[in-house]
Amino acid sequence: MTAGVTPDTEVIGKRSEHLYFALRNPKVVIGLAIVIGLLLLGVIGPFFLQGHPNDYIGPKSEPPSSEYWMGTTYFGQDVFAQFVHGLRSSYVVGGLGSFIAFVIGLTVGFTAGYRGGLVDEFLNMLTNVVLVLPALAVLIVISSYLEARGIISQAVIIGLFSWPWVARAVRAQTFTLRNRDYVDLAKLTGKRAPQIIVREIMPNMASYLLMSLILLFGGAILFAAMLDFIGLGPSDAVSLGTMMQQSKDWSALHLKLWWWFVPPGLAITAIVGSLYITNVGLDEVFNPKLREM
Amino acid sequence: MGRYFRRKLLIYGVTFFIAVTINFAIPRLMPGDPVARMLTRNSVANPETSEALRSYFQDLFGLDVPLWQQYLNYWSALFRGDMGVSIYAFPSPVADVVLDALPYTLALLLPAILLSWFAGNGLGALAARNKLLDNTVLPVGYLFTAVPYMWLALLLVWAGGVLLGWFPVAGGYSFALTPAPTWTFFVDLVHHWFLPFLSLFVVALGGWAIGMRNLVIYELESDYSNYLQALGAPRRLVRRYAFRNAMLPQISGLALQLGVVLGGALVTEVVFAYPGLGDLMLNAIQSQDFFLLQGILMFIVVGVLIFNFLADVVYVLVDPRTRLGLEGGQS
Amino acid sequence: MALQVEDLRVHYRTMRGDVRALDGVTFGLEDGEIMGLAGESGCGKTTLGKSLIRLDGRMRHVGGSAVLDGAELPIGDDRAMNARRFTDVSIIPQYSMSAMNPTRKIGKLTADLLRAKGRSYREVRPELVRRLELVGLSEKVLGNYPIELSGGMKQRMVMVLSTLLDPSLLIADEVTSALDVSNQKAVAETLVRFRDLGFVKSMIVVTHDLSLVYQIADTIMIMYAGQVVEKAPASTIINAPRHPYTKALIGALPEVGLEYGDKRLKSIPGKPPQLLNPPTGCRFRARCPIAEDRCAEEPPAVPIADDHVASCWKVGS
Repeated sequence: MTAGVTPDTEVIGKRSEHLYFALRNPKVVIGLAIVIGLLLLGVIGPFFLQGHPNDYIGPKSEPPSSEYWMGTTYFGQDVFAQFVHGLRSSYVVGGLGSFIAFVIGLTVGFTAGYRGGLVDEFLNMLTNVVLVLPALAVLIVISSYLEARGIISQAVIIGLFSWPWVARAVRAQTFTLRNRDYVDLAKLTGKRAPQIIVREIMPNMASYLLMSLILLFGGAILFAAMLDFIGLGPSDAVSLGTMMQQSKDWSALHLKLWWWFVPPGLAITAIVGSLYITNVGLDEVFNPKLREM
Repeated sequence: MGRYFRRKLLIYGVTFFIAVTINFAIPRLMPGDPVARMLTRNSVANPETSEALRSYFQDLFGLDVPLWQQYLNYWSALFRGDMGVSIYAFPSPVADVVLDALPYTLALLLPAILLSWFAGNGLGALAARNKLLDNTVLPVGYLFTAVPYMWLALLLVWAGGVLLGWFPVAGGYSFALTPAPTWTFFVDLVHHWFLPFLSLFVVALGGWAIGMRNLVIYELESDYSNYLQALGAPRRLVRRYAFRNAMLPQISGLALQLGVVLGGALVTEVVFAYPGLGDLMLNAIQSQDFFLLQGILMFIVVGVLIFNFLADVVYVLVDPRTRLGLEGGQS
Repeated sequence: MALQVEDLRVHYRTMRGDVRALDGVTFGLEDGEIMGLAGESGCGKTTLGKSLIRLDGRMRHVGGSAVLDGAELPIGDDRAMNARRFTDVSIIPQYSMSAMNPTRKIGKLTADLLRAKGRSYREVRPELVRRLELVGLSEKVLGNYPIELSGGMKQRMVMVLSTLLDPSLLIADEVTSALDVSNQKAVAETLVRFRDLGFVKSMIVVTHDLSLVYQIADTIMIMYAGQVVEKAPASTIINAPRHPYTKALIGALPEVGLEYGDKRLKSIPGKPPQLLNPPTGCRFRARCPIAEDRCAEEPPAVPIADDHVASCWKVGS
């Protein structure tokens, strides 16, 4: 159908132009480098380390040295091993949680924006309610009831509370885009709603969706760390949040074991900060007006 | 305007309803007998107290009546202010325990939110028109918002408390003092309050500054700004209009961010062992004190809804478009 | 001459180089003259209109001058221009519908603007009300927010506001583009009335709608690819144009009363040249039906009559 081709080729043409500029934008490059670098460390690192990060492998409370790059904990565990495993854990929960939130937000937003009417009213109410609920407090209450907590369940409940702002924005955009000509044309050719949404409307929002996903990812990592810190993280896992929790519980502050609590928080700041900076760079790529300023 | 408020009140009503229902439903959805679980996990050595607790909870949960009646009982108890008895602070009623901790959290939360909002907005507006400032404010702002609340708290404890020794590192006030309306006590309170407040303030500040900067830039590029400048309006006037218009979304943002800063306050209190709701929550979790947890959640939800409502009122007063009912405002 | 523009050059800075939006524009405007400024999209007419009052972010004044009432307009200097804006030169923008701050009452907005120019709102108010009534607006609008007004009302309000301090030069930038036909007529007539009542001395009406501007303009200037192509009294342009481009443009207009049936409207084949690296010589050369070798050199502005100028080698014989 020639009618459907034009928007596609426009979008594809734009896509390669975007890619060109994205790879040359320092914010995007540096931001992604940091995020991917730490990701690789978290994914590959554990294969080079033996044993479980919670094993007692050495002298207690040792500062960083050539043997233990990040020193040891109060109990004599390898902080670096914990750090690397913690990275992996944070990325997994962050990624999964943000993905779940993304899917929910998209579904709610597109459906509300495309269908309108009662469906929209209902979904809007749902969005507003979840938005107003103080997420951490509710999650704390729910989590504390759960007997066994796994990475999946933590990601799911994070995802269940992070989606409202995405849904709102997607809904607003869908309202605008659904009145465009190519959507009418698609309707005339008998395409069904989900098809129209995926093939006509979504590509025109692609840049915004990508940026939202990045923000969700950062938010999920922060959220997971906070839950872990209070002790509501996955029961067995080591994560950046649990490292901070343990260091606080075992007086790392007073004993000046800074190598125990500084790296995990620093890593989170670096990852989340880089994600935000990447986002700013992507904004410049997608909005050429900003580029020329 | 009436329609606007009706919508908002409906949302808040539904939210409250859902929060109460969550509180009611969750323990009952878990397999097994909730009362038994609460008791077996609780280290109550004394068998008599255990029996008293058991019969009290049986009464409270009212498990001998049908579910819908339990639900109604739950609601009526709530409106009476009866949220059960705390295990952690047995035999104090939950409401009392929470009310004791509430002022500390409010003392942290309100100044931190409001001051960071004002300061952040001012910084953001300045950054929007000064290139030099923009190049520092922006990256620093992003850095601050990316910092996890509890990590900054840890750093501040370490730096300000342990290394420099200028500030106390735990508690709401010195253990040596007894609470009294004296000057020394007040100074001591503030002394303990400062670091946790600072921690919240700094992280929240970044977000406001960045948001405001983007909003002001957007307003400065709008049609009305262009028109003003084309008619020779001085910079000051253009900026004033842009600033005032940029504040509107920031007001709605205030209500939205409350949940986030609240979360931050909870973990910050944990770090500082500051006797507010966060610290209380931690204790409740560790003692498996579900009544206390639910009570804290209720207070938090009600507080958040009140705050949201106040923000909505302010918004209507400030934005003529909502007042005229011609736009739905931020719904 | 109220306005004399001499070899005006304005470029847009882009990443790929300078787009030469205005490349040597020279013309004059008498007191009381309403000049229609017409041409294809991208010919520079909007840039010309804008540069006479306020350059956009990316526009740069690279040469030439504009003199209004004997004093040069400091086009390149934004700060210095502020003193001349609103009082000497004013604009009715293309975006009149959204030109007023939505969160400020119209009366307060006016007061702020007047105060910025050292005028007292209280003193100006009677005249303001008189002019509002002239365009059919009640005094009550001063207490309204822009959102309470209809599109047409906002347009009229902006027209009154822009001319409140009796500027010497008014630029009307595509003021009728967004309106329906009856509103277009009303706005066009209002513009003429403003000139007749002395609110405005001279006017440049930027438009792409020749048939509309013909009704109200004294003279019409046609632009193409950043340069002036022809300027003459309105009737001359429409009935006896001399420049090949103008002729083609007029020829492309449908005539009232004639049935076109199976015939197509004659459009000009091809596209205007890119202004990033404009061609040397006459810019219309590629599309001109009577181009010859001489046209490889840039044609001078040939005065055909007292008030008629055209830039073409084939004219002036």
